[in-house]
This record gives sequence, C-alpha cells and structure tokens, in this order.
Amino acid sequence: MININITERKVMADDGREESLGTDDDSDQTGADGSLNNTMVEEGSTLMRRMEICVAEAEKRSGKNAVSMQETYTVYLIETRPMDAVAEGRNPAPDCLWRRYSEFELLRNYLIVTYPYIVVPPLPEKRAEFVWHKLSADNMDPDFVERRRVGLENFLLRVASHPVLSNDKILYYFLTEEHGWKEAVYETGFQAKADSRLRALSATFRVRNPDKCFMEMKHYSDELQSHTSQLLRARARVADRLYGVYKVHGNYGRVFSEWSAIEKEMGDGLQSAGHHMDAYAASIDDILEEEEHYADQLKEYLFYAEALRAVCRKHELTQFELEMASQDLISKKQQREELATGIVRTFSLKGMTNKLFGQEAPEQREARLKLLEDLIAEGEETVKEKTIERAEHVEKAWVDMQRFKEQKDKDLREALINYAVMQISMCKKGIQVWSNAKECFLKM
Amino acid sequence: MSISAPKGLASSGQKPITEILHPLSAAEEPLSPGPDVTVSGGRDKEVGLTNGTPVETPSPASASVLFNRLHLDDDLDPDTRDPYADTETHDLFVTVDDPKKHVSTMETYITYRVSTKTSRIEFDLPEYSVRRRYQDFDWLRTKLEDSQPTHLIPPLPEKFVMKGVVDRFSEEFVETRMKALDKFLKRVADHPVLSFNPHLNAFLSAKDLNKRQGLALLTKVGESVKSVAGGYKLRVRPPEFCALGEYLDTFNQKLGTIDRIAQRILKEQSEYLTELREYGTVYASWAGSEEELQRPLEGVAGCVTTCCGALEDMSENMSQDFLPVLREYILYIESMKNVLRKRDQSQAEYEGRLEAAVLRKQEDRTPIPAEVEKCQDKMECFNADLKADWERWQSNKRQDFKQLLTGMADKNVTYYEKCQAAWESLITVLQDKQTEDKTSETN
Repeated sequence: MININITERKVMADDGREESLGTDDDSDQTGADGSLNNTMVEEGSTLMRRMEICVAEAEKRSGKNAVSMQETYTVYLIETRPMDAVAEGRNPAPDCLWRRYSEFELLRNYLIVTYPYIVVPPLPEKRAEFVWHKLSADNMDPDFVERRRVGLENFLLRVASHPVLSNDKILYYFLTEEHGWKEAVYETGFQAKADSRLRALSATFRVRNPDKCFMEMKHYSDELQSHTSQLLRARARVADRLYGVYKVHGNYGRVFSEWSAIEKEMGDGLQSAGHHMDAYAASIDDILEEEEHYADQLKEYLFYAEALRAVCRKHELTQFELEMASQDLISKKQQREELATGIVRTFSLKGMTNKLFGQEAPEQREARLKLLEDLIAEGEETVKEKTIERAEHVEKAWVDMQRFKEQKDKDLREALINYAVMQISMCKKGIQVWSNAKECFLKM
Repeated sequence: MSISAPKGLASSGQKPITEILHPLSAAEEPLSPGPDVTVSGGRDKEVGLTNGTPVETPSPASASVLFNRLHLDDDLDPDTRDPYADTETHDLFVTVDDPKKHVSTMETYITYRVSTKTSRIEFDLPEYSVRRRYQDFDWLRTKLEDSQPTHLIPPLPEKFVMKGVVDRFSEEFVETRMKALDKFLKRVADHPVLSFNPHLNAFLSAKDLNKRQGLALLTKVGESVKSVAGGYKLRVRPPEFCALGEYLDTFNQKLGTIDRIAQRILKEQSEYLTELREYGTVYASWAGSEEELQRPLEGVAGCVTTCCGALEDMSENMSQDFLPVLREYILYIESMKNVLRKRDQSQAEYEGRLEAAVLRKQEDRTPIPAEVEKCQDKMECFNADLKADWERWQSNKRQDFKQLLTGMADKNVTYYEKCQAAWESLITVLQDKQTEDKTSETN
C-alpha cells in the first residue's frame, strides 16, 4: 500500500472562491491547523499536487511486441515522492516505475474519453516533425529522446495540476502501479466510448443551434492550429538557412590560416582571426539546439489546439443528440396525435397505406397507441438526459476552456519572452566573436 | 657621375634628383620644395631624367645610387608607415565624384567629376575640376603603362560588363565603379613617380582630353613590338623575384577563395532573409486571431522585420564595398605579374646581349657595345623600381586589407547590435505587461 500523505487540496470553483475538498481516506491525516497550510505548495496558481513527479531518465529496451517481432523501444522512468516529505526537508528515495510512450498514449486516450469537457494536455510528438534538415528525424536520436522525456514530464505535471484531471484514479495508478495499471484502464470500459468518440469526431452532422461561444472557440482552435503549424514550418526553414550562413563562415577560418602562411606582418592577425571564424561557425549548433525548446513549446500548443477542438466537437455532438432526441420526441407525439384524432397532418407511409387499404382494426390501433406512449415516455427521458448532458458539458467545458485560455496566454507569452532572450544571447555571441576578429584584424 | 645627394629615385619626375626624397622615407624635409629652392652643386645634366619618356634614357645606375635606394628601404619601420596618412609628402589631392549621365544620339554614358588640388609647380593652377568618363581613365592607364613599364600601375575596375546582366546605369553599379576609379586615381597620385607623369597632368587639367585614339593604338602596337623584339629566354630569375612570383600566385589563389566565400555568404544570407521575412509575416497573421497575445506577437513580428532590415543593410554593404575591393586586388596582382614578366624580359634581353657581345669580343676583340650597358641599366632600373614598388604595394596591401576586414567585422557587429536592441526593447514591453498582469492578479 502506497503511503502518501495527502494534504488538503484547494480547488478553484467557478466563482473564484476557494473551497476545500475532503481528503482521501487512506492517509495519515495531519491536523488541519496552520502548519498544514505550510505544506501546500503554491505553484503560482492555487492548484496543488500531492506528489512531486518527474520523468527522470530514458532507457532503451528490447523485447517482443504484440506480433512477436523483436523491437527496440524507449522506456521512461517516472519518479514520485510525497510532497509533504519534500516540504519537510526529508529526502526519501522516490518511488519509481518505467513506462513507455504507448502507455502514456493509453493514459491520455482514457482521459480524453472520460473527460470530454476538458482540454486534455497533449503528449509530445510521437515522431520528429518540423525538422530542419540538419536535425535528426530519428526517434532513437538521443537529443530527440531527451526532448521527449521533458515533454512527457511536462504532460504529467500539467495533468497532475489540473483541477479535475488530477483527481483521477487511473492517473494515480499510472504513477504508482507499474503492473496491473493496464488492466485497471481497460476495466473502466473506456475503449468502447473511445471508438464511438472517434466516429463522432470524424462524422459530419448538421447542428441547428450550436452554442455560439463554442463555435467561436472551435473556429479559434482551427486558427491556432493553422498558425502554430505555419510558424513551426517557417521556423524550421529559417533555422536551416541560418545554419548555412554560419557554417560558410568556417571557410574563412581555413583560408585565413592558409593565407597567413605566406604573410609576414599580417600572419598572426590573420591566423587568430581565422580561429574566431571557426568559433563563429561552430556556435550555431548550440544556438539552434536551444531553439528546439521554443519549437517544443509551440508544438505543445499546436497539439493543444486539437484537444480544444475536440471539446467543441463534443459540444456539437451533445447538441446534435439533443436535437435529434427532441426531434424524435416531437415526431412521435405527432404520430400519437394523428392516431388519436385520426387526422393526418403529416405524410406517413402508414397514413398512405391506411388510405389505400383501409384503416386498421381498433385493437391494433390501441396496441400501437400504447407502444407510442411507451416510446414517448422513453423519448422524454432521453430528451431530459440529453438536455442535462448537454448542459453539463457546456458548463464544465466552458470553465475549462477559460482556464485553458488563461494558461495559453501566459505560457505563450513566456515562450515569446524566452525566444527573445535566446535571440539576444545569439546577438551577444555574434558581437563577441566579430569584435574579437576585429581585434585580430587591427593587429595585422 | 657622382651624385652628391644620394637620396631619390633615378627615374623620378621633372624634379632634380637631389630634391626628391625617397617616397618611403620618413619625410623630414618637404617633398616638393617651392620654386625658390636652389639646386645643390654637383648635379649634372644626366640627372635630368624626365618622366614619361621611354626607358631608353639611361638612369645613373651606379652602385651607390642603387645601394642607397635599397638601404633606405631597410630603414623603414613598417608600423609607422601609412602612405595615406603621411600628409607631409602629399601635395596632390584628387577626388572622383558626382556621376552624371550623358545622353547623345550616338551613345549614353556616365561622366565623373575629377577634382584636383595641388601645390605642385608642374600644374599651372592650384585647383582643377574636369569631367571624365571611363574611356578617359582607360586611356590614362594605358599611357602610364606604356611610359612607365618598370612601374606597377594600379588597376581599373572591369571595363566590360555584360549588357543584359548588369545595368550599367544603376546607382549601385555607378557608385561601385566610381569608388574604384577614385581609388585608382588616388593611388596614381600618391605614387612618387607616376604622379609626375605628364599624361596624368593632362588627364587632371585639360579641358578636353584629346585622346587621339589612333595614337593610343599605335603605342599599343609599339609596345608589343618592343616586347617581342627581345625574344630572349630568361635563365635564372633572382631568388627575391622568384619569391615575389610565388607569393603573388598563392595570394591570388587565396583572394579568389575569399571572393568565392564572400559571394557564397551573400547568397546564403539572401536566402535566409527570404525565409526570415516569411517568418515575420506568420507572427503578424497569428496576432490577428489573438487577443491577449496580439501585442506580443506583433512585437515579435516587428523585431523580425527590424532584423531583416539590418541584414539587408549589411549584405548591401558587403556587396558594394567588400567584393569590389577584393576583385580590384586580384586585378592588381595581374598587373604586378605583368610587370614581373617585363622585368624578366629585360633581364633576359640583357643577359642575351651580354653573352653575344662577350662571345664576339672573344672572337674578334669587338668591344662590348654601349647597347649592352643600356640594357644593363634598364634591367637594374627595373629591378630597383620593382622592389620599391613592391614594398609600397605590400604596405598598401596591408593597410587596405586591414581596413577591408575590420570593415567587415564592424558591419557584422553593427548588424548584431541592431538586432539585439530590437529584441531587448521587445522584452521590456512584454515583461512590463507581465508585471502589470501579476499585480492585477494579486489585487
């Protein structure tokens, strides 16, 4: 039994009031006094995490896959430690387990099916895309694996600090139960829902009265997706070209060195300047590697856009189902009316056949009426359900979309600042190198 | 034939030798004494060498003169030598500027204003301003080459431009060409021997340059006749000239490489610029669909645009200032090689004639003809002039390349400084907004 101190968690309610939720039962309850509050870690928002989570390492494994073929894959080490232990300064060894990418995918699929009103954080990309040509597109490339490790950690942190998702049991097991987790996931029966969801996402259906805000949000998600992918592609092309510019300068290094050999007074200056040109050419590798981090931040929101869109589509689906159910109920009620009064208002095959072949016997009519009443009762239930489903989805999704919007604005602003910082650093390096070269030239 | 004042080049201008300092000497006396300078005794007619006449006129190739010339070379401290800054020896200032297009029925061409300021007595007026076209510069250079074959004549910018490829009247082309012409003329004006050439005088002062193309053609023919008439083969080139030749070959090669690298960089930068522009527009269009992020994104787009501008400026500068100078030096090397070849010719001719004369003397005691001595003089003159010009050229080359390369470094530093400033101002804007938000959050 994993023993983790669970301290009070505060959740931001819709109206901004903080309210405390009850603590879990399998914990050592610490007194709800002031000292407890000290163990809560504020993360800039008022969300709390029970545990410190990190994806510490990545390792290559070999094994047989589902079709009994030998394959090499990477596993990631997830380490967890109870937060209060950390806060108290104790440093217990972390609990850890290994997970591979496909397990993260499974977790995420479960989450998006189970919480269709939540913009679920995305995973880092499965395969390297938007690659500028010098960078490896190989999944086994250590730099890619490292960036993926960071991305997976980021995913876990985001999920674990989400007001809704962080409470999920399956998530908890993912972090704590190495074996038996998969069974638990499948036991939830989410697979069935997953299939229908996928179908629904790709289906085209016409919704009469979708919520305007959701439609705007859906439109926005398309824009976000389009812009981030455009930006990523443009950035990769720019990186490519910049690489070329820097590397060609390396040729100066060589030719200056050769030239210095035939010069007397100019020789030393030329030679040292040549070294600086070599340094300049070499500097681009680190610069561009660092920029990949910025690209990863953009990619996260590229994928986030998809998650946002899915929530909007879910709304459309619930709205559609409600409309369908309502429509169905209306038509059934109409049928009842027609049966009861004998007046045929709408065209129906039954009506036609009745006209052509004569009306049916009263017993049959009674039976049909009874059936209709049942169906109407059912239909009314369905409409009630669908109405509630739709309303719940709208309410919860709206909350999360607002949360997402704020997070996105904050994160992307920070990303842009970091990008500017990177650019400044690159400029400073450039100034340094060329000033050094100039010193050498002056000594010629 | 003793010269009392050992300083000075033999084949210098209309000045008496004694009054002319070696061009590379640290000048303690003014170079061009005024008209009231008395010529010291001991000077004879043979000193009256005039510039601009073919080299049949012998120079006093006595050992002492030769020695002194070379000796002075060694005296010089290379670090303090800066011919362009040495104003004491400068009394002839020339500038090429103010390009203007002339359209006539026959042709369209550009003329440049050539301004001269001088205190030299060879000139009637202290100032001149004339208009010249490229053809005129070409004429001058040809004349100088013909009349001063032992000297290195600075190169002109390329004569021929492919009409379809390069716009001969574009601002850039004219600007680049003008700078090169200005440099050419300045180099000639700074040269202690060439600057006294009467053709230069005519070029700078005459209202109408009567080129007499026909005569120019004749001279060219005469030149080739002269060089063919020798037909002597050089046996052994003195080691110092061998080293010179080797140096020139390697240097030429390296310059060619640098030229190619510079062009490649320009190309890469241009492609980078294209992508960068596109990149900036993506930020701007994204800004259109955002609220809170609109200003930051527009800010980034703005920064990228600024960087594009800075890059454009640098590339333009490199293309206009760096490349042409590089190319000019490649032409200069060609000139120098030509002079080397002519020197080789004169040595070959002398040795050939000497050998023939010695043989004849052995046969029938015919004395060595004066002609042979003339050849010797010519050769030794050549050697001396070449050496002096070589030193000069090396020194100029050093200054020129120092300037060229530091210029390149400066341009790069400026480019990065501009970019850095743009990004830094963006950060302050973005971070201000951040602290604004934080304070409103906590309130």
